[in-house]
Formats: sequence, C-alpha cells, structure tokens
Amino acid sequence: MAAMFIDVEVDESIHADAEMAKKLEQVCPVDIYAERDGRVAILDENLDECVLCELCINAAPTGSVRVRKLYDGTALGD
Amino acid sequence: MRFFEFESRRILAREGIPLSEHGFATTPEEARRIAGEIAGPVVIKSQVLTGGRMKAGGVRFADTPQEAGAHARDILALEINGHMPRGVLVDARAAIKQEYYAGVIYDGVRKLPTFVFSDMGGIDIEEVAAAHPDHIGRGHFSTILPHMDFRAKDVVAAVGVTGSELNRLTPILARLGQLFVKYDMTLAEINPLAQLEDGTFVAVDAHMDMENEGRPRQHELLAELGVGGEETREAREPTEFEIKGEEIDAADHRGVAGNVTEFEGNLGLVIGAGGGSLTLFDAVQALGGKPANYCEIGGNPSVSKACNLTKLVLSKPGVDKIAVMMSIVSNTRVDIVARGVIKACVELGHDPAEKIAIFRIPGAWEDEGFKLLERYGVEYCDRSVSMHEAARRAVEKVASADGRSAADEPRLEGRTSGEVEEV
Repeated sequence: MAAMFIDVEVDESIHADAEMAKKLEQVCPVDIYAERDGRVAILDENLDECVLCELCINAAPTGSVRVRKLYDGTALGD
Repeated sequence: MRFFEFESRRILAREGIPLSEHGFATTPEEARRIAGEIAGPVVIKSQVLTGGRMKAGGVRFADTPQEAGAHARDILALEINGHMPRGVLVDARAAIKQEYYAGVIYDGVRKLPTFVFSDMGGIDIEEVAAAHPDHIGRGHFSTILPHMDFRAKDVVAAVGVTGSELNRLTPILARLGQLFVKYDMTLAEINPLAQLEDGTFVAVDAHMDMENEGRPRQHELLAELGVGGEETREAREPTEFEIKGEEIDAADHRGVAGNVTEFEGNLGLVIGAGGGSLTLFDAVQALGGKPANYCEIGGNPSVSKACNLTKLVLSKPGVDKIAVMMSIVSNTRVDIVARGVIKACVELGHDPAEKIAIFRIPGAWEDEGFKLLERYGVEYCDRSVSMHEAARRAVEKVASADGRSAADEPRLEGRTSGEVEEV
C-alpha cells in the first residue's frame, strides 16, 4: 500500500547525483533513500517510517529535498 | 518458567537440602534399575508440568523393581491434561512421621520475598491458609541485606515447632530462601517436607518457578539441567495469537511490542509504558470491560511494528474496537504510534474513527500525533485525562456498540473526566 502520511520530493538537480544518493542513504535512519545505478531512489514502503528528523534536508542542497506531511499539508525543507 | 519435579530436586540438591533417595528415568528399564538400587518400596511419579497427576493415574506405588518398571511403562504412555511426561521420577517410599510445608513466594505488595512454613504439609497450602491459618507462619526477608537464618527460624517457630526439630528445619527453610534469590525464582516450595521416623527431614516433592527475565542470568543452571532455550515452560502453551505477537516483536528490532497475551474479551488493547500496561488492563477490567488481549508497547516501536500489532489485535475474532493507551511517554513517539494504529485500521478496511475507541498517549511529539488523529477523526486525550478515565471512555464505547447501557457498567469511585493524573 502507498504511503499514507509522508511523501518525499527530490529535486531533479540531485536525482542523478550518485554521491548525493549515497549520502542520503547514509543519513536516513529509516532507509527511505537508496542509491540505485547512480541515482537517488525512494523506497516507498519506508516512507511512513519517516521520523521528521530533517537529516536528509540538511544533507542536500537547500530546497532540493522536501518532506511532505500528507496529514496536514505542510512540508519540511520548503 | 516452571521446572519439572526432578529438576526442582536437582536445584535443592545443589543447595544442600536433603532429599529422599530417588532417580529420574525415561524408560521402564531405567526405572526398574533405579528401584533396584533403592532396594525398597518406591513411588513412580509422572514428570509433567501440570497438576492432577495422582487423580489421572500418574503416581503409582511399587514394592519391587519389576512392578516399578511396569508402572513406569504405563505412566510414560499416559497423557495428563494434554501433557506427555518428560520421564518418571522413582522415589523411595519413606516411612513418614509428619509432613510439613516449606515455601518461598514473592509478595508483590511489599516487594519482598516471603518465607511460608506450615506443620500441615502434603496438602495445598491455600487450603491450609483458608481452614487453618494458625498453622501457617510467614515472614519477609530482604534481597539486599545479608541473609539471616533467624528470619527463617522465626517463621518455623511461629507454628509451634521447637527444640531439635526447629534446629533441623531452620537451615532447610533458610537455604530455600537463599536459592530463591540466587536463582531468580518466583516460587520455591517443598511439599511435603517429610520428617522420617528417625527424626531427619527430607524433601519428598518440590515445585519451582523461575522469573522468565532471569533466564539469561541463569544459563549455567539451565544448561546443567538440560533446559533448552526453545522451551517456554509457561503455565500453558502459547496460543496462535500469542505466537504471532512474538513474531511481530522479533521481526523488527525497533521498540517493543511484547508480552502479547490472549483473552476472551471484545476490547482490543494496544497499551504500554512502564507499568502502564498493567494499570490500564486492570482499569478496563475494573470498569467492567472485557479485554481481548494484553500487550506491552514501548521503546519507540516503528510504524510498521505498531501497525502489525494493531492488525493482529483487530483481526482477533470478536474484537469490536481497540483502545490505544499508555502512561506518559518520553522514549516513545506519540505520532509514530498514531501512524501505526491508523494505518492498521485503514489497511484492514476499517474507519479509524470507528475502530479506535480512545487514543490516550501523552508525551513526546504529541502535538504531531494529535494532528494525525484529528485528520482521521479519532477521539484522543492528553495527560489531563487520567488513564482510568480513558479506560472508562473506551469501555463505554464498546458497551454502547454492544447495545448495553454504559450506565450499567461499574465505575471507579472518585474518577471524573479531566482529572489530572498523578504520575
């Protein structure tokens, strides 16, 4: 089933950045990100585990990662 | 965890408590050989972790080794209350002058172990306590201070035992107390503790229960007894529901969703927090609710762990609603648990607002949790509502759904909505 509570948006500018993909995979405590073929992959099955720690937002260039809370319409990283 | 009688005897022997001559056998041949070594009348006892052995034919007397072997063959094939015997105990049938009871139990109210002694052994101590309270001596002792034999002596003397008998019984009860602490027991009893015709005392039957959480500390003893890690040794075998609960807890290292225990009621419980589970379970029962289960969540379980536990509880036949309640939490995220329980409802095709009778988890990230609950229309409350009041609301909702009048349900005195809980 798709994520109910959290969605993550990754800007095109870092999607194909292999180093950034590895960095996001490393910092996320609940394995939402993975590096796949040099690109940033989002593991949908882990999205709802997001603990809103903002480590991904801080690891990426400003504005390139947003964490959207589907239950109240707000987002982190805007 | 419970021990078989033959294991309890080995523990007594380890601590120097005298025993009647005996041996453990798993075949009729072994039983015959042991009876031959005892060279006298023997008792053959089935080794099962259930009561009612005598009534079921699991205890028989033999005068010869051949008779002992024949009885052992019958008993080894005899199922008692759904339990097949681990083996048989071949015990010398001693000439007993008098039977006593010696035990150590844990007093949960005083939070201290307690010596219990009676000069009326061989029958249930509960019966003695009810019919002959003057024949029971009791006394607490410390688990911290050095062990003092005089405390055991006071308890034995309380039932009128004096002289050499007092001097002989005191070290037996004292050692029972020492092993109780040393081996993390919750119960250690010798019944009967027999006085033989020559005036000496021997343990003729023994029963011991160890705290489950003590098992890792007691691996040396358990290895010596041959108790495998896979043996639960609980009062009953876990149900399928409980096994699934254990699997959910084991599948994800994050947080705890443990001690899932099945009951017959219709109110599912997702409860936890350092004693909060017991308090909440008791509150539901005291208010006339019928819990479908007990469990302990805490330590910040993941969304998927909370979700899977909730799904398990909701899938139990007869469960109308669930109550999600904890004390005040600091190391569990309210919003994460809220996500888990809501997700479980939705994925099972239920409306969370209908299925969750009450959500009462105050603490870390509660504002975020409350936003989620509002989004899905779930009734929630914060710490200004006591655990008892939350339990009452859940019980009333289930009663209303059942068509029963909530007013018929018993209420705890002095508890009103909005009461600030003392923590």
